Amino acid sequence: MRVALFITCLNDLLFPGTGRATVTLLRRLGCDVAFPRAQTCCGQMHLNTGYRRQGERLARRFAGVFTGYDAVVVPSGSCAATIRARHPLAAPAEGSGGAAEAMPGVYELSEFLVDVLGVTDVGAFFPHRVTYHPTCHSLRGLRLGDRPIHLLERVGGLELVPLPGAEECCGFGGTFALKNPAISTAMCADKVRNVAATGAEVLCAADNSCLTHIGGVLGRLRTGVRTLHLAEILAATEGAG
Amino acid sequence: MTSRELILARIRAAVASAPEAEAVRAHGVSPPAGEPGEPGDPVELFAGRVADYRATVHVTDGDGAAGVIAAALARRGVSRPVVPDGLPGEWTPAEFVADDPPLGAGELDRAEGVLTGCAVAIARTGTIVLDTGPGQGRRMLTLVPDYHLCVVRAGQIVAEVAEALERLDPALPLTWISGPSATSDIELNRVEGVHGPRTLEVVVVR
Amino acid sequence: MTATFLGMPAFPANAARAVHDAQLRANLRKATRTIRDRRAAAVAELPGWERLRAAGRQIKDHTLRNLDRYLLRMEEAVVRAGGHVHWAADAAEANRIVAGLVEATGENSAVKVKSMATQEIGLNEALAARGITVHETDLAELIVQLGGDLPSHILVPAIHRNRSEIREIFRTRMGARGRPAPEGLTDEPAALAEAARLHLRERFLAAKVAISGANFMIAETGTLVVLESEGNGRMCLTLPRTLISVVGIEKLLPTWRDLAVFLQLLPRSSTGERMNPYTSTWTGAAEGQEFHLVLLDNGRTAVLADEVGRQALRCIRCSACLNVCPVYERAGGHAYGSVYPGPIGAILTPQLHGMASELEASLPYASTLCGACFDVCPVAIDIPEVLVHLRGMAPHPRAERLAMRAAGWVLDRPERLGRAERLGLRLRRFVPRRLPGPLSAWTDTRDLPELPAESFRDWWERTGGGSGRPPERARRVGRRLPVRRSRAHAGDRERQERGERGGGGR
Repeated sequence: MRVALFITCLNDLLFPGTGRATVTLLRRLGCDVAFPRAQTCCGQMHLNTGYRRQGERLARRFAGVFTGYDAVVVPSGSCAATIRARHPLAAPAEGSGGAAEAMPGVYELSEFLVDVLGVTDVGAFFPHRVTYHPTCHSLRGLRLGDRPIHLLERVGGLELVPLPGAEECCGFGGTFALKNPAISTAMCADKVRNVAATGAEVLCAADNSCLTHIGGVLGRLRTGVRTLHLAEILAATEGAG
Repeated sequence: MTSRELILARIRAAVASAPEAEAVRAHGVSPPAGEPGEPGDPVELFAGRVADYRATVHVTDGDGAAGVIAAALARRGVSRPVVPDGLPGEWTPAEFVADDPPLGAGELDRAEGVLTGCAVAIARTGTIVLDTGPGQGRRMLTLVPDYHLCVVRAGQIVAEVAEALERLDPALPLTWISGPSATSDIELNRVEGVHGPRTLEVVVVR
Repeated sequence: MTATFLGMPAFPANAARAVHDAQLRANLRKATRTIRDRRAAAVAELPGWERLRAAGRQIKDHTLRNLDRYLLRMEEAVVRAGGHVHWAADAAEANRIVAGLVEATGENSAVKVKSMATQEIGLNEALAARGITVHETDLAELIVQLGGDLPSHILVPAIHRNRSEIREIFRTRMGARGRPAPEGLTDEPAALAEAARLHLRERFLAAKVAISGANFMIAETGTLVVLESEGNGRMCLTLPRTLISVVGIEKLLPTWRDLAVFLQLLPRSSTGERMNPYTSTWTGAAEGQEFHLVLLDNGRTAVLADEVGRQALRCIRCSACLNVCPVYERAGGHAYGSVYPGPIGAILTPQLHGMASELEASLPYASTLCGACFDVCPVAIDIPEVLVHLRGMAPHPRAERLAMRAAGWVLDRPERLGRAERLGLRLRRFVPRRLPGPLSAWTDTRDLPELPAESFRDWWERTGGGSGRPPERARRVGRRLPVRRSRAHAGDRERQERGERGGGGR
């Protein structure tokens, strides 16, 4: 299967490790992974902040870059949700369906693994206590449900502990974090309290944007809890025979 | 231009380019048969749901109704309930206050309680509907007194809200009652008993 | 004693103040979480909720599309049933009509059932200016009115007050407006409700004029519908000789049958009950009353004209969106500076009032777009979609505009992005722990992530996607893509332009 990786602009710049882990994982599962270099950004920040024209331009670019693959895999719930929910609206091509029709399926990573490849045991080993934050776009935008949980449950050595109040937003919200810092931080404080209560060493999510926010507070408060993207745990074979 | 014309013109301009939106025919109001939560015996369900509102419920048969009603009034200490015109004679106690001539709000405020029938009842929601018809009286009769004893015939109980609407005449003023008066305004805790009757007692006659 | 929302600062400032009020936070947290769980249980219990929700949405959309027709039908039916119908284009006109109607009765006071429309138009204040006293009769409205306070929730306007605060308000303020609170009043909710019952009893029995809103109007029959819990609504609708109902034009439903959908959606979404204690319906002049219906526009037709924003007019004011909103839970209702707080307020207020003030312009941003509001909305208003739509129309600060334009320019071409990333990461040692300017909002409370030595893009380039062989450099990396192209050629062009070689399978 010829799979294009859409790394997302945030991961490209700040979290290349997530990208490398995604590549490692997909190859391990037999995928031929391509990285179309003309890719940049799905336009989420512009679209969500009220800069529709620029956002739509990026959406059109996205459609052009990824046409012709079997599937596009995105290690980010919010970018995948933006593409799925907003691109057909934002970038209507001429003709019936247009770009949307020629576009391959765009999948968030766990969706791709569970629904397309049909695997939940990806052969990972990660002997740590982990809790999982579902993130709003994964939960309510993409309706990922328990897919990430099923994947984590089958990771060797991993102890998965439920996160209280998991479905509540962490308070990131893109530019919300800057425009409403007081509320954003208050929401995150509650999230962090819940994370700390689990006693987990690692907080995992399928979106590095939320993890940057939560991780920023976890770090500032010196909780000692690490944040890791789902891909990095699923790619890990740490200490396995 | 009157405000009426102005508003209508604004509406027409606002929706001129909007696509037509279909009217709803199949209302999706009644769950399809076999779905979980489908009411079983409507009398049982109705009685249970009324009780969930912390109202007192009795289920009896035609022969037992008069006795249950008399006992309920006695327990409450009501010797002369207000009884609207048209309440079946077998339910009416010997002593009662008739709404003839029409009682004033002050008189109703001093009344010990009111005894009525109803127009329709809904099993799924535990609701009683009064339509001011025979045995139900004017709206204020069941509002101002602090105690309301309501008799419901099994045949008046429908399963769903939609069926109730079909049986009711919108030209009549309707009062839908689901338990005693209540409020959730203090810390969103439900407290029974504010301005309407603080005690609702229901007798279901099979 | 009347507070006002006018001239409030923007949402972020209001919210920042509220979030540090520990008592308010605790009150809101407790109340919203209680109601959230109750709603979830009431909805889960009813089979076919999603179908019901779809029907609710469809009925409202159909009504709005044909609103002129249904309003005329409503008017005709009310008049046929002996009622009077008035049309008010804006708040001032509605207030003028109501004041005139009250004055015509010779009375100088009225009892009132809680209604969002009359709050929206500032009816109490307008009537007070004409010497007419309005007595709020809903328990929460009474708390707000006695406290000289502002409502902070659609369903429970005094949600920001806890029981001991309410006791204080009753003890100190009830006497000035009528029967004082009983001696030794405790803060038990039942005792507080009893105090309200006693305080309002005589007033109900003596009232000659009542003012209400309505939850629904049925065009086919001319029927008005009011849902309530306490019985104050029944008192107002039944006892006074004159009844004046001020109702937004979007409250219409076409047929009597349609009501079934909403009598199921509203109570379960709102108070989390199978049915609210009391629902009153009446058509025209009931039981010899004099009845006036005031149909209110006040900006609704402008909302109707916006093809994305008009879905906000489906709202049935259940407040489920407030109760699940993590921002509302922490900011409280007052921060929204409007009688419509929370997510629905964030899309309704800017549409009804425009976004000229700083406050209104800040409301579309008072959300993380987490989507919890959309999930619970009984008429499926896609609140995040409307928020984003309104953000597109809101005035943007200059610095933000420039930053967004710069980001757009960089992201428009992969080679620009690559260069910017390399530059940024090369300078990573110089990034301070605390960022300057608007970005300090981030680093005030959060650490920055550790910056990597190279971007993913460069890693892929250097290592051939980790396969150990650098990829063949494509000729036309990042050439700008044509925006429009015929589909016949699109595939070829894109294959050239994609400018990549797969890193290779295993």
